[in-house]
Amino acid sequence: MSTRMFGAPVKRNADAKFLKGEGAYVDDIALPGVRHAAFVRSPFARARINGIDTSEAEAHPGVIAVYTCDNIGPLDIKMPLLIPHESMTDAQTQRPLARDDVYYVGQTVAMIVAVDRYTAEDAALLVDVDYEPLDVELDLEAAVKDDAPLVHATHPNNVAADFNQICGDPQSGYAEADHVTRIQIQVDRSTSAAMECRAVAARYDEITGELIVWDTTQAPISVRGGLASILELDEDKVRVVAPDVGGGFGQKVLLFYPDELLVPFAAMQLGSPVKYIEDRRENFIGSTQERTQIHMIELHARKNGEVVALKDFFLHDTGAFIPYGIAVAQVASTSIAGPYRIPNIEVRFQAVYTPTVPVTPYRGCGRPQSCFAIERAMDQLAEELGLDRFEVRRRNLVTEDEFPLVREGLLFADGLRVSLDSGQYHKALEMVHASIGADDFAARQEAARAEGRYLGLGLAYYVEGTGLGPYEGGHIKIHPITGKVYVNTGLSGQGQGHETVFAQIVADQLGVAVEDVILTEGDTGAYDWGVATFASRAAVVSGNAIHKTALLVRKQTITAAANMLEADPEEIELRDGAAWIIGGNRNVPLAAIATATNPLRYAFNDAAQAATQFAPASRHDGPPLDEGQHPGLEATDYYSPECATWAYGVHAAIVEIDPDTCSVEIQKYVCIHDCGNMINPVIVDGQVMGGLAQGFGGALMERIEYDQDGNPTNANFVDFLIPYATEVPEVDIQHLETPSPLNPLGVKGVGEAGCIAVGATVASGVADALKPFGDHKFHHTPITPSMIYDAISTG
Amino acid sequence: MKRSLSKTQQESADPKQRTRMTVNGETVERDVSVRMLLSDFLRHELGLTGTHVGCEHGVCGACTVMINGRSGRSCLTFAVQADGADIRTIESVADENGDLHPLQEAFRDCHALQCGYCTPGMIMNVLSHMESDEEMDLSDQGIRELLSGNLCRCTGYANIVKAVRQAADKANWGSA
Amino acid sequence: MKPSLFDYCSPQTVSEVVSALSEDPGAMILAGGQSLVPAMNLRLASPTRLVDIKNVADLSDISISDGVIKVGAMVRHRDLELDDTVHAAHPLIREMMHYVAHVPIRNRGTVVGSLCHADAAAEMPLLLLLAGGTVTAVGPNGTRDIAAAEFFQFHMTTSRAPDEMILHANIPVLPEGAGYAFHEFARRQGDYAIAAVGAILSVDGGNTVTSARVGACGIASTPVLLNRVEEAITGSTLTKQSIDDAAKVAGDAVTLPDDMHATTGYRKHLLSGLVRRVLAEAAERATGEPVQ
Repeated sequence: MSTRMFGAPVKRNADAKFLKGEGAYVDDIALPGVRHAAFVRSPFARARINGIDTSEAEAHPGVIAVYTCDNIGPLDIKMPLLIPHESMTDAQTQRPLARDDVYYVGQTVAMIVAVDRYTAEDAALLVDVDYEPLDVELDLEAAVKDDAPLVHATHPNNVAADFNQICGDPQSGYAEADHVTRIQIQVDRSTSAAMECRAVAARYDEITGELIVWDTTQAPISVRGGLASILELDEDKVRVVAPDVGGGFGQKVLLFYPDELLVPFAAMQLGSPVKYIEDRRENFIGSTQERTQIHMIELHARKNGEVVALKDFFLHDTGAFIPYGIAVAQVASTSIAGPYRIPNIEVRFQAVYTPTVPVTPYRGCGRPQSCFAIERAMDQLAEELGLDRFEVRRRNLVTEDEFPLVREGLLFADGLRVSLDSGQYHKALEMVHASIGADDFAARQEAARAEGRYLGLGLAYYVEGTGLGPYEGGHIKIHPITGKVYVNTGLSGQGQGHETVFAQIVADQLGVAVEDVILTEGDTGAYDWGVATFASRAAVVSGNAIHKTALLVRKQTITAAANMLEADPEEIELRDGAAWIIGGNRNVPLAAIATATNPLRYAFNDAAQAATQFAPASRHDGPPLDEGQHPGLEATDYYSPECATWAYGVHAAIVEIDPDTCSVEIQKYVCIHDCGNMINPVIVDGQVMGGLAQGFGGALMERIEYDQDGNPTNANFVDFLIPYATEVPEVDIQHLETPSPLNPLGVKGVGEAGCIAVGATVASGVADALKPFGDHKFHHTPITPSMIYDAISTG
Repeated sequence: MKRSLSKTQQESADPKQRTRMTVNGETVERDVSVRMLLSDFLRHELGLTGTHVGCEHGVCGACTVMINGRSGRSCLTFAVQADGADIRTIESVADENGDLHPLQEAFRDCHALQCGYCTPGMIMNVLSHMESDEEMDLSDQGIRELLSGNLCRCTGYANIVKAVRQAADKANWGSA
Repeated sequence: MKPSLFDYCSPQTVSEVVSALSEDPGAMILAGGQSLVPAMNLRLASPTRLVDIKNVADLSDISISDGVIKVGAMVRHRDLELDDTVHAAHPLIREMMHYVAHVPIRNRGTVVGSLCHADAAAEMPLLLLLAGGTVTAVGPNGTRDIAAAEFFQFHMTTSRAPDEMILHANIPVLPEGAGYAFHEFARRQGDYAIAAVGAILSVDGGNTVTSARVGACGIASTPVLLNRVEEAITGSTLTKQSIDDAAKVAGDAVTLPDDMHATTGYRKHLLSGLVRRVLAEAAERATGEPVQ
């Protein structure tokens, strides 16, 4: 038997090309005669546009076209609301180029196309826009007050959506409780900041009528559908390719960004390829962001710490537009009870328009905020009841016999029920307790304090609904010449290693080497059924679709091989790229089987000649292909989850605060993590560690800053602080593998896991460390040195 | 709206300057706009697209190449400044058969890359140290300081630290 | 993010450089470019002419004579950092240089360029001030030396005339037997300092401070000498208490308002803490034993 590839730490198929600089990102694709786009962007957070004069820009040498809302024909529209929801009325979306009004600094007002980007940027400065600035309110809590300036006149109090969900019977829960803990928490805005900014290039072929668009999108199939619809083209005439993409983290999902429509439009109109390569500043002011929420959470508990009801109200900053609907807030609201059984839940949110860059999911998508709320509240409850922080969690964690734990009444972002499907929540807590050294920590903390050093222990637990539907497909074909296995799915990759983990799944079923399984994704010309890469769903949804498909191809292969080897299917095994008689030496390579299963098989090569001698078709009296049979070894199947599968984990940290610099040193950090069966543990570790690093950034450094007029003040990598290697600690990552009962592979998603609990863990540790300075809560991230200074100077 | 393109609109009206440099061992000579960044010159004039552009203000390090044997940001250097210089890019690191350099191999062994966008800059930065005669600190903190100046948003750096240590151990580097 | 168009020239001699500057009031010198080019890419700076000095002879020289380290206009940070003779003459330089951005930036950026850029949070201007150094400027009317205190006028503003070129920086070597130290805090490695402090202390046989230079950057519109700290520590015997007392008076030197990385209150607190650490380390180096 071959070694099982599922679960093996296989090295990645994609690495060699990246290491040699042979990746092909959008801006690497050579397009002879390409023209370059640059945008004129609003310098005001809210303004009326009284006029736009493009004459000087048009006359600038090297400028080919200048577009405003007046000359973009079918694109002068409000872009689509992607996910409508009953809680929103008249949801506001952006226009590709502003008409009459602008709503945030960075909004696109005009597009220049020129011979190169340098010239295009010169010309962008020559467009004269007559703005009439309007009042703005940037503070989220002030924005919902009656006298606040409105982002959209249509929406009083700037409320874009108001949604209340109830699980159980909160009123009776409140009545049963002996104690109520109430806290307010805030998480500030951050951004994906993938190393490659967004990019779009397009070429229109006037002879074939085909429009090809290269796009850093995480959702090429959806972009294709939308482009065809808005430009009124046949879908088959539009091909969207997401080539190698330098990180996504959610920001590259949104459809549409203005450039995704305008660049293909310009390419068609100008008759030459056009590309737009977003620069870093534009990425900060033009591409979506996430995180700002303010929660007011109450835990209603018995004296023993058992939480009988949870009430949460939160404000969610949705930015100037709400193209993605309430997805982020809905994920936050349905994750609010964390890993705890809490039977009664009342959670309401208001999504609020602010004159800032629009908000769509960024890795974590509302979960870091709800984790921060519930976990800081659990710490507070423990303190108020005089309980140990581990103990209060023990008394509330879902036990193994309680799965599946359904939160009736809460609907997840996919519109399906919230059902915690499996896990070993208590075991994970005991693992983190032991690994962080919780037993003797109090003594160490005491001894350190005597020396004037401030150590703290931080703790936070999280759950993560992953693998959202509605579906993905898998398509597999074995190549008749090489015997290599070609696989397609409807995702696109941004470095996660899809090509390797999906190959592992297929390799096990077809008995081929992982490197002989070749995945093509992100190209609607290759495969065009599917959804996109987001919500930690690739392994779960595409993984299972590909697994199901591989089983079909396996069956086809074994049936054909049995026929060729004149054996029973039960006697056949697939390994080493061939079908073998079990226990014998007789075999036939997959290439030969793939050749033989095609009734038209000219003897182009030796394999085909060899295949013909078996002449399986000659066994039939009827036509070479039976009714319902297809040529070759090829199949397509789909997987559509009944609901999300819930991964989880628990983090603990030992932090030390330097009272002079007010900085936080993470001395030790432990992450216990469970995403069900792991397809490739090395890749899982990589995903978790990458998420953790973004978590550390969010906990201590990363915050998008706006001044009171709505100007972003740190729209660059100098002042928006992403951690270097020197700012990320080592992390002890340990796994449990509790299979999901919901899918054949028993897998759960992992993409977003790492980042979720870091803010809560670090804050918990900092608050613990600074107890000697008084009762400082650290209910706000990122935790800055100035915040720590405020705590120790008032203590 | 559709406009036909006149000949003069085929390329930039910027004044050009004759510039000659060695890139990956080959001499190249081009007329380049004086404001063209070295990163754009390498990528779009020479087709060496392995050098990536992540911020164009010197923080992320994705565009790091070797200039006269030392690491430098190609986005903070004008192509005309590199006149007479010896430039090395990621395309020169694997051997002529395309086999990976031990440092590249270590990155693959340790899963030290995900999206691959920062990777060429990381490699060129580390390689410039490996090939210099400076003494290097191979403690965990020392390697992290060596890597600081190159942002990675995918890996969380832990595996990059491992990869550098593996490559250094193999090359017996830093034992000086 | 591409720069706007400019004239480019790369003269061979200093006088050609000065002429090129004189001809165009919008001209700027291009040396390493590590501060100028990012500003140009962001179009925060749009010089009409760049005068590249890479072809001017002898500007990459480092020399030490008469107790002064002379650093030419094209000397890259990394060259000064790795120069063992310089290290022997003034070990504070290598220590401070470690905090200047990252190696790839130090490989290209020049010391004199950093002085001329005059970021108020940068290390090299503080070094020049702390060491009591000067810069030598050459212009149409000849050559002059400008003391550090006079050179740094404001954040990113110096007393260099637009048609002057700084030929070299002149950094006095560390006084014999002096203790020195430098500490900096930034939220991320290699970033500009929220505050940084350097000190050069001379002591007599009884551990009494005979002279003290203590300076800071990141706290005001230029690097500054912390005169109240210097006064407090000079003449006193080095003890934990005397150092604490001197550190306590440091905070008043902070004149920056709150910014996104630090409130004024925090910056004052940080400055005092750094002064305490720097004085203790410099004292230990001067006396050869830890402060009691």
